[in-house]
Amino acid sequence: MKRLLSGNEAIALGAWEAGVRYASAYPGTPSTEILETISQRKDIVAEWSSNEKVALDNAIGASFAGVRAMASMKHVGVNVAADSLMSVSYTGVNGGLVLVSADDPGTWSSQNEQDNRHYARFGKFPCLDPADSQEAKDFTIFAFELSERFNTIVMLRTTTRISHSKSTVEVAMPDPPLTKHETIGKFIKRPDSYVIIPANARRLHPQVEQRMVELEQYAEDYPLNRVEWGDKGIGVITGGIAYQYAKEVFTGYSFLKLGMSHPIPKQLIRSFAEQVDQIVVIEELDPFWEHQIRSMGIDVVGKDYFPLTGELTLGKVRIAAQAAGLEIAGEQHLQPEPLEMDIPPRIPSLCPGCPHRAVFFSAAKQRLLVAGDIGCYTIGVLPPFNAMDTCISMGASIGVAHGIRQAGNDQKSIAVIGDSTFFHTGLPALANSIYNRVPVTTVILDNHTTGMTGGQGNPGSGIAAQTDKQAAQIDIEAMIRSMGVSAVWKVDSMDAKAVDDAIKQAVKYTEGPAVVVVDGDCVMNEGWSKSHPVVVDLDTCNGCTLCFKVGCPAILKSKELDEKSQRPKAEIDPLLCTGCEICLQVCPRDAIYHPEVGYG
Amino acid sequence: MDKIDFLFVGVGGQGILTASDIAAEVGIAAGYDAKKSEIHGFSQRGGVVESHVRWDEHVHAPMGMIGHIDFLVCFEYLEAARFVHSLGEDGIVVTNTQRMIPTSVSAGARTYPENEIIQHALYQNAHSVISLDALAIAEELGNTRMVNTIVLGALSSQLKVATDVWLDVIAKRVPPKYRDLNHKAFMRGQNSVALT
Repeated sequence: MKRLLSGNEAIALGAWEAGVRYASAYPGTPSTEILETISQRKDIVAEWSSNEKVALDNAIGASFAGVRAMASMKHVGVNVAADSLMSVSYTGVNGGLVLVSADDPGTWSSQNEQDNRHYARFGKFPCLDPADSQEAKDFTIFAFELSERFNTIVMLRTTTRISHSKSTVEVAMPDPPLTKHETIGKFIKRPDSYVIIPANARRLHPQVEQRMVELEQYAEDYPLNRVEWGDKGIGVITGGIAYQYAKEVFTGYSFLKLGMSHPIPKQLIRSFAEQVDQIVVIEELDPFWEHQIRSMGIDVVGKDYFPLTGELTLGKVRIAAQAAGLEIAGEQHLQPEPLEMDIPPRIPSLCPGCPHRAVFFSAAKQRLLVAGDIGCYTIGVLPPFNAMDTCISMGASIGVAHGIRQAGNDQKSIAVIGDSTFFHTGLPALANSIYNRVPVTTVILDNHTTGMTGGQGNPGSGIAAQTDKQAAQIDIEAMIRSMGVSAVWKVDSMDAKAVDDAIKQAVKYTEGPAVVVVDGDCVMNEGWSKSHPVVVDLDTCNGCTLCFKVGCPAILKSKELDEKSQRPKAEIDPLLCTGCEICLQVCPRDAIYHPEVGYG
Repeated sequence: MDKIDFLFVGVGGQGILTASDIAAEVGIAAGYDAKKSEIHGFSQRGGVVESHVRWDEHVHAPMGMIGHIDFLVCFEYLEAARFVHSLGEDGIVVTNTQRMIPTSVSAGARTYPENEIIQHALYQNAHSVISLDALAIAEELGNTRMVNTIVLGALSSQLKVATDVWLDVIAKRVPPKYRDLNHKAFMRGQNSVALT
């Protein structure tokens, strides 16, 4: 039976078919749905970990204890997990161990577009690169077999276009039985492998190098590397999503599709190259294969023409092929230009009712230097707030604010970080500021969820990845106080004045770190409900435009202009408004009111 | 079996991903191979949403080529103008005329073009244009969430796939208590084209 599945759903299905017993992840686009889908299986223990390194460590432990285990994360999450990743390459595995890295060419929802195939080469382990959902499922199963055969972690690398595209997948059983499975892992003592002290590392490193030699040999006949003979005028070496574009542009030519992107099968490549007139290498992002193939002395058409940055598309591959003078079927293609008319952009904005709104309204009003972090709240950098000055990586806000302060900058500043990001990597940074007695003001936007990725649990949410399991909920305020921060304010996110006052006081505090916990549910949280929409009294409104500065999509410019100022008065879209009242609270003329209650 | 490339566009929250899922499922039910591709992430926060659907005997790339799209299916009027250049020579626009004001207009200095300007641009750049006020129809039906099903109904009028195939896929996709309403919405969308 064929089903239309996304790449992420297919990976989850493959993991289940491979008999995975433990799965961990930290949510991050485009990887999130892998664990969300796995978590529906009662026979797999599935957990959100507090960050990607913890997720990988959890999976390493499960593998050592004898079960097949998988950790999934976005590409930049692998940076967080890299410390353990490099070690586990030496220690080897017991149960099959797979790391899913979901890369994001085109930076649709990321801070960079790093090509994580490099990790496989850097860390000396194999990497598989599926090209559609069927392969995503199949390669997951192959990855576990490879892991156990070669005693190594295996990276399964997808990209946004693989993870978030749907294509048909052959599903053996339409609805596999959901049985309760007891994870019965047995840990066998192997300190010579699992304890990576220098003496062991020295002995293991040559074994890792030998493993790569054997893997290179194995890759030569590996079924995931496949030659498709056609016209031998051009031989295309490609893999992953690039294969799909190349198949349409280079119709009829010969192909070598690399399903294993590392290590590459050198003899197979050499013999393929000898049988075609010209080799074209098409890969998304870095010239990962191209450099290796060139170093074999084979001349190729590659990144001189095909884009190094951004996501590939059919159009880009076609235009590059034309520019390279390669003979391809079809008409000359030019990238079509958008219309010349003035089309206003749709800039992402905080949702109506968002609990972050009052914080950025205050930060803008108080003209604070804001060290930002990663989450929906990075929207604070955009108009109308323009209230974010730095954003580097998960959890970086507190450390960056600390450094700005220690450089002698005495501008009033805050670090802004969400609850999930705080647990991810904000905690060690706060401990550092406490230890060094540096007066950094941290504003924790505690919406009790991991909002930007669609609402996943975290250590502060009390919600487990699997609905049949209980989760503990860490009290952020109590935790911070117990770490030694005495300057702590906890305020209701929907009380704009309380938020503003708390931030004002906190930035004045100079004895040590201060923390403001801004508490309020994400509008997507279960149990959240909207209130009645608020209304603008056009007779009272004088078009001061202050309410536009709360950046709410429900607040519109009305057609009516104020006589004196000739500025547009406000009106509120009753379909979008959630009745959160932030605009009502900031209106200096009390022109916004709740029809149920009267003037605010 | 000729290839058909669709591009679904609109604003986050309009049910575009569900609609494009349905279109891909319909392709498979009608005997095609089908793929769909979409972008999640920040686009959900009031941003533009794009989703490609391709039908062919065998589909390789999950996105059609910009400049060669056969059907541009728009859930919001401005987005039709933003993406009309994606169409190929015989490309057809199926668009909801609903206007959703972006914050760059509502709180900023930009202007949302008048309907006549958008309409003119669409006629200039598409082989044919089918427009309908899906929001008004949805309001008549008493549920504004029916907009996407109504637009799919309008799209179906341009394709040689039996109405029953569409209705079967939709019925499987929506909660049982909304099946009848979706059926009605789909037919209203389809008939609105026949009437114009």
